[in-house]
Amino acid sequence: MLKIQDLTIQYGTQPPVVSGFQLSMKKGEIVSIVGESGSGKTTVIRAVLGALPGAGHIAGGDILFHGQSLRDKTPEDWRKIRGSQISMIFQDCGGTLNPIRKIGSQFVEYLRTHKPSGKKEAWQKACDLLHKMRLPDSQNIMNSYPHQLSGGMRQRVGIAMAMAFNPALLLADEPTSALDVTTQAQIVREMLALRDTFGTSIIIVTYNLGVAAYMADQLVVMQHGKAVDYGTRDAVINHPTSDYTKGLLRAVPELEGKRFV
Amino acid sequence: MFEPSDAILQARHLCKQFPVAKGKTLTAVRDANLDVYYGKTLGIVGESGCGKSTLARMIAHMEPPTSGEIILNGENIVYLQGEALRQHRQHMQMVFQDPLASFHPKMKIIDILTEPLMNFGRLVRGGREQKARELLEMVGLPDSMLYRYPHSMSGGQRQRIGIARALSLEPEILICDEATSALDVSIQDTIISLLVKLQREKGISILFICHDIALIQAFAHQIAVMYLGHIVEVLPGESVAKGALHPYTQALVGALFSVHMNPAVKLQSIEGEAPSPLELPVGCPFQNRCPHCMEQCKQELPELIQYAPGHFAACHYTANGGKPV
Repeated sequence: MLKIQDLTIQYGTQPPVVSGFQLSMKKGEIVSIVGESGSGKTTVIRAVLGALPGAGHIAGGDILFHGQSLRDKTPEDWRKIRGSQISMIFQDCGGTLNPIRKIGSQFVEYLRTHKPSGKKEAWQKACDLLHKMRLPDSQNIMNSYPHQLSGGMRQRVGIAMAMAFNPALLLADEPTSALDVTTQAQIVREMLALRDTFGTSIIIVTYNLGVAAYMADQLVVMQHGKAVDYGTRDAVINHPTSDYTKGLLRAVPELEGKRFV
Repeated sequence: MFEPSDAILQARHLCKQFPVAKGKTLTAVRDANLDVYYGKTLGIVGESGCGKSTLARMIAHMEPPTSGEIILNGENIVYLQGEALRQHRQHMQMVFQDPLASFHPKMKIIDILTEPLMNFGRLVRGGREQKARELLEMVGLPDSMLYRYPHSMSGGQRQRIGIARALSLEPEILICDEATSALDVSIQDTIISLLVKLQREKGISILFICHDIALIQAFAHQIAVMYLGHIVEVLPGESVAKGALHPYTQALVGALFSVHMNPAVKLQSIEGEAPSPLELPVGCPFQNRCPHCMEQCKQELPELIQYAPGHFAACHYTANGGKPV
């Protein structure tokens, strides 16, 4: 469904931040990309969404989505793809909402921009989506401002919006990194449920190896813009080939793992 | 090891309330009792808003407690003021989450490292370079850093400078507030190793605040678990994996992701979110999310009961032998 071939990304004329990146995923698959800060993991998924910031551009390689290249899409094409076929959730979805408008009005606007419909109809659809994300009392949430919700609730609102048009591909950039562990477990469960219910393919970018390994069908470990390990979860976790991945696996704190004292 | 005579610092019945709008009060910490032992690490773990940072700030004398006592070496330090308080600060130093924000951006490393000693007149001008070199060596950084600025260093290097600065006064207690949370895991690993090594060499007691129970159990001798301003369980670090008694500690452990876990196994976690600290529930703070909630839990606040040496839990269900009343 999605194929990334030899992707190279540069900002301006600087040395490439991502080079020779390969990925191939099927419908309903979950790919986790892990790496430490500055490894280029976020840059990769921003390229898939055609949303590289500033002077960032694809200098080489190609991204094929359903067999079509995403490289030469016009802004008009992108408007049709984003939200309805590929959508994204961020580390802090609350931060992507307008702080001085209620959730309801923003959600309705989002739905009607992508697909013309009546206001009441859109409102009802938004409530249903929130309900599906196991947010209790969706009417109340629609009438709240973003700051009135907790981090976990805002994240659920963000996922509900991203899932509104049942996209084929969901990109998740550190979706649980700002959350507490109990909330993180809940959000991970919701995302797995999405895949099971709708067959959504998910690319999740995270620095949390535990979350990445739990969710992944395929796991990519990135360092300095290159994929240093790539394969099934089992292959990468149990038989890592690069020294970097081995070091990373050793450094992750584990219950009943290494003790310092 | 957990004898009262080995305690360097004791917190007794510490409370902190903040007044908020509309005449309400926010209870950040309620009736906290803690012991920090000589040369040992006490970890405080909990989710955001549970009061762990407030507790550390009270102990560090950065925030006055609403009530309660903090006893350091047998002396109550809550009411220290003026010069006595200034002198007291040499005994306790703090390392912060974001080292960049805790350094003056226009001071060079040598100035950052020697400022505390100069403040207390424990160093003459001529001895600064020598002392700064020693401190850099202690945290494993090269001499060439001496005349650099903090912005030109990596996050891990900056955190080493933060630790070196805090230890320059040779404090008895080092307080680390999420000192590794902003760092990558491999850097985190080296910082923890460094802290443990320095603790062994110098016999410092460490109070380490952290939200990651997997990290903290790996190096803390004792861990206090906080929920909604209450200390719900105190247990030895090595008991976390198998011996946690309080349902909340068990939930924290159950919500951890491990790289070696079986993805077919369903996650063991709790639903919902912590209630607002503006309206503390009557009875147990964990009642609305607890799988074992009983009638008694809604009425009486459970107290910490000792189950093993150094292992306390505040739970009616556990007190009743893990059976409903």
